[in-house]
Amino acid sequence: MQHTLVALVEDKPGVLNRVASLFRRRAFNIESLTVGHTEQPGVSRMTIVIDSNQTNAERVTANLYKLVNVIQIKDLADQPSVMRDLALIKVSAPPERRSEVMQLVEVYRARIVDVTNDSLIIEITGDVDKIDSFVQVLQPIGVLEMVRTGLVAMARGAALGQNGNGNGSGNGRVQ
Amino acid sequence: MTRYTGAQIVWECLVREGVTTVFGYPGGANLPLYDAMLDYPIRHVLVRHEQGAAHMADGYARAGGGVGVAMATSGPGATNLVTGIATAFADSSPVVAITGQVARQFIGYDAFQETDITGITLPVTKHNYLVTDVRELGEVMREAFYIARSGRPGPVLVDIAKDTQQAEIEWEYEDTPLRLPGYRPDRRPTAQALAQAASLIQQAKRPVILAGRGVMQSGAMELLREFAERTRTPVAMTLLGIGGMPAEHPLNLGMMGMHGEAWVNQAIQQADLLVAMGMRFDDRVTGKRETYAPEAKKIHFEIDASEVNKNIPVDVALIGDLGDNLRELLPQVAPCDHSEWLETIDELRGDSAVRDIKNLPDYGHLYAPHAIHDLWRLTEGKAIVVSDVGQNQMWAAQYYKHSQPYNYLTSGGLGTMGFALPAAIGAKCARPDMEVWAIAGDGGFQMTQAELATAAQAGIKINVAILNNGYLGMVRQWQEFFYERRYSATPISSPDFVKIAEAHGLTGIRVTERSQVEAAVRQAQQAPGTAVIEFMIEQEDSVYPMVPAGADLHAMIRRPLPSALTESADSDL
Repeated sequence: MQHTLVALVEDKPGVLNRVASLFRRRAFNIESLTVGHTEQPGVSRMTIVIDSNQTNAERVTANLYKLVNVIQIKDLADQPSVMRDLALIKVSAPPERRSEVMQLVEVYRARIVDVTNDSLIIEITGDVDKIDSFVQVLQPIGVLEMVRTGLVAMARGAALGQNGNGNGSGNGRVQ
Repeated sequence: MTRYTGAQIVWECLVREGVTTVFGYPGGANLPLYDAMLDYPIRHVLVRHEQGAAHMADGYARAGGGVGVAMATSGPGATNLVTGIATAFADSSPVVAITGQVARQFIGYDAFQETDITGITLPVTKHNYLVTDVRELGEVMREAFYIARSGRPGPVLVDIAKDTQQAEIEWEYEDTPLRLPGYRPDRRPTAQALAQAASLIQQAKRPVILAGRGVMQSGAMELLREFAERTRTPVAMTLLGIGGMPAEHPLNLGMMGMHGEAWVNQAIQQADLLVAMGMRFDDRVTGKRETYAPEAKKIHFEIDASEVNKNIPVDVALIGDLGDNLRELLPQVAPCDHSEWLETIDELRGDSAVRDIKNLPDYGHLYAPHAIHDLWRLTEGKAIVVSDVGQNQMWAAQYYKHSQPYNYLTSGGLGTMGFALPAAIGAKCARPDMEVWAIAGDGGFQMTQAELATAAQAGIKINVAILNNGYLGMVRQWQEFFYERRYSATPISSPDFVKIAEAHGLTGIRVTERSQVEAAVRQAQQAPGTAVIEFMIEQEDSVYPMVPAGADLHAMIRRPLPSALTESADSDL
């Protein structure tokens, strides 16, 4: 089962190395890890997806907290939250198959961001299942190259770093 | 504001942290630090290998001297510290290691004596820093000491580029609160957890306290005693917990685990409640986890949340400072009476005393337990004992009884051979009024024996007991028990340790019989400088009792009955 943790960390040199080194040393199995800026200067945010069948999320959290540069960790497992992955997919699209690809892009609400004579680059954002499924239908056409960002996630409702337990108050799913 | 160089800022901060002694070795990349040192009230102990500096700083800290400081230059100087830093890390010892780094413009270009020491020490430090901006240096030094000593203590490394040591700025020491938003050393348990713990304690019929090094780290010795006495709960000690409660206290059972006395482990296995205080259920104390204390509920007093449920799942975790939590818990606990349970434990002792080799008559052979028992008697149990790793360590733990805390120092978690001599030197610097004994095997002593020259040059008086059995004894013992006595690479020859001592201008004494022990100890005590006694002990003696690695804790290999020993000894003659 996948388990998502969000960590706010100080934006200092070597922080990613500290986190990666911890996971390696403790043999924690991670599925993906993304890092990026936040609304606060000097604070970065990591979204860490672990396979909780193999790695105990509480152990990961407790060990992450031991890193001096880790400010706060939120476990999104029991939280209503929004999770997104972004993929860029280069597909083979000779003129005779191009309309087929474009129909699929339409159905999945993806976007074509680059076109050449025989290939297209498609950008798609969504939860992991949606992207997996899109990639699957593109496979027979010919996926030439793909990159995925890994999951980014945010709990609904109160913001991380604020007081309170941050449980999502909203229940409307806005797409 | 006054102008300071980076190097001066380092010393300004060290002096304000109360540092009076540093252990180190100069080199190209820390020349500015060493130059500035001459203007500060600092005693520098020049080591012979940087590993020794780290162990000395560690021994200094363990003996109660506060944060220990080790210094080294870049590259090989820094990498030589690593074993000592890892040793301190494994046993939560507060050490600050300060290394010189090549100048900033060379970092990343494989310059002469450049090494990525912050990368190398990442997994064996509590935190580390590479400082390339002199404006950050003062704050980094303050943070380093604060992190090293607070919460669960541990080593912190500060790597300072050479040009940062040389750079000058207008600077003033600031005492402002540190900005460490991610560092929370002061966690407290909920009232609910404390109440749950109190209720488990009140219901228990067969409780045992497991006391670890955290007792001394927290300074909670008196509170432990009060708790044990009020609840009439016997106390088993981890190796590093020795000294947390006086050995002679009637509720102190002694050491648990792989080489703990059989009744201690049996008591743990039969307990219905374990109250763990500042210990981490290491594999050397639990034996096979699946069969560990199967009937016991477990309460875990622990400052490091990541230790909770790591090895052994517990029922109640009290995260935070042990002393604070005991102080809060004590008023919630009514006195208990466990006389039946204490009697049961007494019965578990069975014939252990008969099997105890220290009670064996003297028939010419010199056994290590005899030597250490005699050393305990002759020093009235008041010395600081720093043991190395292996059989000597276990015998020292079993036969030198400590009534005071911070007097038994050993590398428990990492099990670093070569620890004893340098750590003893560090301990002596921390507590110069104490008699200090390093106890080492012939193998471990040779790993860091160069530090004898350090003791000689610095005029540091310690005593060294080398237990020479001509083997890497603990490995030999495992080969005897588990590898059909195939002694692969364990026989080890030694130089003449008496001459080695004398070559350093120190006192060397050899003991081959028990009758010589007292005179030798007295001679060592009276020697003006460091004295080395080489005890020629029984070659193939083993440490008993023993729980084989991974076996059930109660499945111990008992010490043979003295009759068996006497017979085999006779047949040798």
